[in-house]
Amino acid sequence: MRNFLILLVGLAALIALPHGLSFSQQEILVFLVINVLLVTSYRLLTLTGEWSLGHVVIMGVGAYSSALYTKELGVYVPVSMLLGAVTAALLAVLLSFPLFRMKGFYFLIGSFAAGEIIRLIWKRFREPFGGVRGISGIDPMPDFSVGFYQFDFFEPVSYYYFAGAIVIACLWILWRIEKSPVGLTFHAVHWQDKLAQASGVNLRAYRTLAFAIASGFAGLAGALQGHYVGTVNPNSFDIEVMVFVLTWAIVGGTATFYGPILGCIVLTVLNEIVLREMGLEQARPLIYGAIMILSILFLPNGLESLVQKATRRKTTAKPEEKAAT
Amino acid sequence: MTDFLEVRNLTMRFGGLTAVDNLSFKVEHGSIHGLIGPNGAGKTTTFNMISGFYTPTEGQILLRGEDISGLKMHEVARRGVVRTFQHSTLFAELTVLENALVGTHMPFRPNIFAAIIGWDKEDRRGAEARAREALEFFGLGHLAEERAGDLSHGHQRALGMAVAYASHPDVILLDEPFTGMNPEETKHMMGLMRRLKEDGITILLVEHDMQAIMGLCDTITCMSFGKFLAEGGPSEIRNHPAVIEAYLGGARHVA
Repeated sequence: MRNFLILLVGLAALIALPHGLSFSQQEILVFLVINVLLVTSYRLLTLTGEWSLGHVVIMGVGAYSSALYTKELGVYVPVSMLLGAVTAALLAVLLSFPLFRMKGFYFLIGSFAAGEIIRLIWKRFREPFGGVRGISGIDPMPDFSVGFYQFDFFEPVSYYYFAGAIVIACLWILWRIEKSPVGLTFHAVHWQDKLAQASGVNLRAYRTLAFAIASGFAGLAGALQGHYVGTVNPNSFDIEVMVFVLTWAIVGGTATFYGPILGCIVLTVLNEIVLREMGLEQARPLIYGAIMILSILFLPNGLESLVQKATRRKTTAKPEEKAAT
Repeated sequence: MTDFLEVRNLTMRFGGLTAVDNLSFKVEHGSIHGLIGPNGAGKTTTFNMISGFYTPTEGQILLRGEDISGLKMHEVARRGVVRTFQHSTLFAELTVLENALVGTHMPFRPNIFAAIIGWDKEDRRGAEARAREALEFFGLGHLAEERAGDLSHGHQRALGMAVAYASHPDVILLDEPFTGMNPEETKHMMGLMRRLKEDGITILLVEHDMQAIMGLCDTITCMSFGKFLAEGGPSEIRNHPAVIEAYLGGARHVA
């Protein structure tokens, strides 16, 4: 009952949130919601112990394919978004054949190379990828009404509700996966792949599964972004964006489900509100780098460790309170 | 059922080094079979080949007449041959119960779609029951919520076996199960292994603790420098001249 109330209040806060913000802040909010999905899907991959540098490009695959499906084949937008996610997942399965011959650092570099190859293909082929300038004039999400609310997707608030609902559904699925025996097997593959294999775990299959699921959700995030912005180009999915994702994950911490989300939200707020207000946008990479180094030095378990400490204190404090009264 | 697990002309070369040379032996169903030999005799290499960790250079491993040599480790495991590792190879970051749950991977294969919708409650309950049963068997039930990395050495070894046992194996390959255990723990563990045998599980073990080996095994195969040396019951092996020579050095070599 109490949890349900908290959930209800949280939901109400999320619904009320954009109404206190300016137009540009509302737009940032849309990107924030999409990035939350991106970084959470990234965490699923890191559960198996592999860190990829190609995740943002995979997100781009979702955006590009969804855009092309609507443009070339006239697929209805929400359907094309799903197809974009499926395309990203299938591509990940294909990529897994060369990439999962490697582990650790080699996988990291391999995934970077694979991502760059995809990006170069986008740049090189003007048909159908549009070359360096990418694809513009992507169909927006068609407006629709759900009775009590009229979705008008020129309004960021509408898109925020739409994307937010999808992202919450995705987070729920990712959460269910992590807490399931499948999630436990991912952890097992990470900590002792030999022992996991001796217990009958097919390592390749589970690594590929994690990679494909993470890529699918990243692809969906990309499609959500593509149909909101209206354009995609190779440079919006380059390594700089990947470094942001890595920073969110590392600063937030990857031990818990909420760690990367926390990192993403805190750094985005810091970035967009504080830095932009102060006119320090040019120094963004510098400040991000400094934050990353500082957090590795002084907060090696990420922002999530602060939350864990706070909640633990609360739970241990409770019995003492009872004893006092 | 005899000739349950058979190793035939098994050879493993690492470059110029022949670690196991033309080794053959048979493990009977429901027996405890020991593999002994001085350091560097190739016992662990043999283990690694049977469990699928290495692919043999030559020779075959037959399980119920089926050639399983060269299969991957999980494929061998799915045929009922489960191994433990030397030292304390565990999921140190996970709890004891979670370790055992990974062991139930084969009898309760996770299904991702069922897991998302929540249709796998039966399986999850079954897996947990099996995991707890395995932990109870090895006397770890009260430690279920501890982090595996925080356990004492003896408990870690027992947990390694519990993980293997949780998967309902036909054959357990134990790689030096008694290392780091005090005599009390060793004795207790020997009792547990006899109970596993009564359950119909075949055990193949590599061990240095001679007292344990002699007290436990039905058949012992002795290796030296990668080659088959002798085979027989404990008393035979104890008095076998070639075995004594391999362990203590023969008079001819000293001269």
